[in-house]
Amino acid sequence: TVPPQVVPGADPSARQLCFAWGPAEVLVCETLFGRAGRSSSRCLSRSPSPSRFWGEGRPGAAARALTGSVTGTGEGAPSSSRVFVVRRDQDIYIQTLRKLFNESHGIFMGLQRSEEELAGKSRKAQLVQVSKTYRSVIRACMEDMHQAAVSTRDPALQGQYSTQVSILSAMELIWNLCEILFVEAAAAGPLLLRLLDWVRLHVCDVDSMVREVLSSESPSKHKLFWNVVDVFVLQGRMDEARHLLSKEASANPTSMNMYKILDDLMKKMPAPSLGNTQTLTELELKWQHWHEECQRYLQDGTFASNPHMESICKILLGDEDAILEKKELMTTWYHFLVTRLLYSHPTVKPLELRFYAQSSMDLFLGGDSSPEPLDMILMAAFEFEMHQVIKECSIVLSNWWFVAHLTDLLDHCKLLQSHNLYFGSNMREFLLLEYASGLFSHHSLWQLGVDYFDHCPEYGRVYLELHIERIPLSTEQKALKVLRICEQRQMHEQVRSICKIMAMKALRNNRLGSALSWSIRAKDAAFATLISDRFLKDYCERGCFSDLDLIDNLGPSMLLSDRLTFLGKYREFHRLYGEKRFPEAARLLLTLMTAHIAPCSFWMTLLTDALPLLEQKEVIFSAEQTYELMRCLEDLTAGNPDKQKFQDDDVETTKVEMLRLALARNLARVIVKEGTVEGS
Amino acid sequence: QDNRISIWSAGDLGNAGLNGEYNGEPRLLCDIQHNGDVMDMQFLDQERIVVASSTGTVTIFRHHQNNQTLSANHRWEKAHYHVDQDTSCGGAACTGVVCNNPEIVSVGEDGRINLFRADQKDAVRTIDNADSSTLHAVTFLRTTEILTVNSIGQLKIWDLRQQRNEPSQIFSLAGDRVPLHCVDRHPNQQHIVATGGQDGMLSIWDIRQGTMPVSLLNAHEAEMWEVHFHPSDPDHLFTCSEDGSLWHWDTSTNVSEKPSFLHQGGRSTAYLSHSTINQSVVSAWLSNDPTKDRMEITNLIPNQTLSVNSLDVLGPCLVYGTDAEAIYVNRQLFA
Repeated sequence: TVPPQVVPGADPSARQLCFAWGPAEVLVCETLFGRAGRSSSRCLSRSPSPSRFWGEGRPGAAARALTGSVTGTGEGAPSSSRVFVVRRDQDIYIQTLRKLFNESHGIFMGLQRSEEELAGKSRKAQLVQVSKTYRSVIRACMEDMHQAAVSTRDPALQGQYSTQVSILSAMELIWNLCEILFVEAAAAGPLLLRLLDWVRLHVCDVDSMVREVLSSESPSKHKLFWNVVDVFVLQGRMDEARHLLSKEASANPTSMNMYKILDDLMKKMPAPSLGNTQTLTELELKWQHWHEECQRYLQDGTFASNPHMESICKILLGDEDAILEKKELMTTWYHFLVTRLLYSHPTVKPLELRFYAQSSMDLFLGGDSSPEPLDMILMAAFEFEMHQVIKECSIVLSNWWFVAHLTDLLDHCKLLQSHNLYFGSNMREFLLLEYASGLFSHHSLWQLGVDYFDHCPEYGRVYLELHIERIPLSTEQKALKVLRICEQRQMHEQVRSICKIMAMKALRNNRLGSALSWSIRAKDAAFATLISDRFLKDYCERGCFSDLDLIDNLGPSMLLSDRLTFLGKYREFHRLYGEKRFPEAARLLLTLMTAHIAPCSFWMTLLTDALPLLEQKEVIFSAEQTYELMRCLEDLTAGNPDKQKFQDDDVETTKVEMLRLALARNLARVIVKEGTVEGS
Repeated sequence: QDNRISIWSAGDLGNAGLNGEYNGEPRLLCDIQHNGDVMDMQFLDQERIVVASSTGTVTIFRHHQNNQTLSANHRWEKAHYHVDQDTSCGGAACTGVVCNNPEIVSVGEDGRINLFRADQKDAVRTIDNADSSTLHAVTFLRTTEILTVNSIGQLKIWDLRQQRNEPSQIFSLAGDRVPLHCVDRHPNQQHIVATGGQDGMLSIWDIRQGTMPVSLLNAHEAEMWEVHFHPSDPDHLFTCSEDGSLWHWDTSTNVSEKPSFLHQGGRSTAYLSHSTINQSVVSAWLSNDPTKDRMEITNLIPNQTLSVNSLDVLGPCLVYGTDAEAIYVNRQLFA
């Protein structure tokens, strides 16, 4: 059961809380309404997915589960109205972890694109390489975090960085073990070697002691000398142990005989090799012989006079008590496990590990302390319970990064059965969705999230559609990036919606060209019409066009909407008139009306524009055209019988009168002109 | 948001190892906080950098090399803004800056062009509403003329000596008015201009003739963010794009294709060489059929994922930055 934690600052016992879910966060606010007497508490855990929020007690950290309770506060006392944004994944805001997210994104993409045709050994080698790359990224991040911890002067930050270093170190430890057991699936023999490497790499509490002894003038006189020898023996570093022992031997000739025997035993110890030069049976045989030889020397009392060497011999024999005596040098139960295996079952099979692991942990901890979460995770790994490992890691870690990438890798190794969670998607997809959703709440890392969604076949697209519309578009460049993502995935709804938002913004800022550019991108005819209307309105108000550079250069985009076409053509009319190309201008004007390109509301303006052409000295409109114009005028005036305003408006009636007069005069002139025979 | 201007040392140029590989990773020397996204930046001189911000501010930073620090030297706030400077709540992004010491020109989403001088507090000249759409980039054509590109696919020349607020010439693409995002001028031949569009198309223009591009080269699959001629070796052109690729356009192979009679001795050489040299130098970028002249195009990025936003090239060095928050330095461009 989960103990509820209240969002710091929001007090459900005093005020009523209301909340709203967003895609990546919860908005909680206090309300003024207090209802006397009633109290109820609701547990607001998000359904259906069992996702959880957790933080580390930092200010504004996410609560585990929200409990809003409504209790009486009398008449609803005024409260300072605050809105809390409860957000998961605080980790994505840690500067030094960004490298981890970015680099692992690259590795993830490489893995998704890698050739699946490679089978067998080469595929396995490829996957192991991917695993190693992930781990090297974790280590690089650890290094950066460590540098940051060392160089910062703020103790709170330093604490935070140090915590992060230990978390990353634990992640690498777990990942490394999973690589050995699951990805590489080391078989008996090499398994032990890998585990030895693993222990040597990760148990580093003794490193400083080792360095101290090795760098001293006379190591064998150092008080920690035997500790270091023991460390080497426990970690199976025979050559180094023998080297140190030789120093002791040369300093202490009386124990030369003992030393020689011990050195010989250590040299001869049979160990698994990577080169497949011997079978397991051969190894076991040799080992048995060697073990018996050690036994003999011990029972003969060869080392009786030197307790250090005797204890080493006991260790070589795999004596559990002797090994356990060196608890402080091993520091962890899994070190103890590997040492035990080295000296009692070097040919241990992977599936046998679980028994040794359990007993090692019990013996090591001995009831003094209970296992920590890390111990439980490692135990689950030794037991080959992959799902358990993932589940435990999910609970303990505050960020989905680790489990998402590890599960994806294991899935590529074809190790996870499609473990269907009840809402339909499998575990890999679930974890990737959670991780990517977390990325989307970051102002810049959301771009990585897109690729992760792409590789979630069931729900990835839906999640992407929901998330991508909520990215704040602070600059045009950012909007362009989002648009490109949508277009590449045929998300037409989102393209239209984003272009509309940007076009509206541009329109409000009076950037008509930008607005048009966005409409063209979305092929949004309706918006293009809106923009054209705006231009025309400006023209009617001011008597001239604004932004001629745009209207004069519309090109094929003119065809996007009828209104836009009209705008372009109308401007062309003005240009022709300005260039005194009257017949062409006249023809264009007429076409605008007769081909119904012009909106009816604009006809009056067009007819008024025709006036100067009608009044020219030479006749421009032909009889045919004049008849057309007259028809247009009649259509216009006759079309609104109930529009009393039209009749009453003096300016309008005057205009109509003038037009009628001009048309009639023009008709008269053109009939005469056309009727006259030229020349002769 | 924590945006910073940073100065890195990419190692000694002369410190190449045995195989000519450079040693060591780029080291961060100093950085300083920056308000808003960095939309564009350029060195004004050895010590000063001009930066364009998404808040509409243009800032000059000074790099103090003696103690390796950065400081803000001068700032023109609200260089770009929408509607009314006094009432607007946010600025408009400044999308491009170009420098020609001591002059600085900036353009922005508000369609405004500003001319600053590094030592003067206010703008020397501002052309309001120079463009009805967003100006994406600016570069100098000559010391008194600039080129701008906008989001309705137009390339405009502005003569800064003239007081009128109109461009002296407008060029536009033929078909759809695809927005143009970047522009660069040939270092030696000032009539050759390259632009990159939203559809990833590279256009080469000859501004002496016509209003349309000389050649259109289908390049990237998404927005081309930057185009640069190599400053000392202009047969090479570099473009980077939202699709994650960075292309190196190499027309220098034409040099070897020069007619053989140039190499022969004799009277014919002296007679023909002048005109043919001109011709072959000119034809590199302005040829109508790039396939005939065997332009070599290589993608310099092996595993492309996220967008390459910016690049710069100098000598044998190429540097570029991606949306994966990584900077890459290639010190052996022509090896």
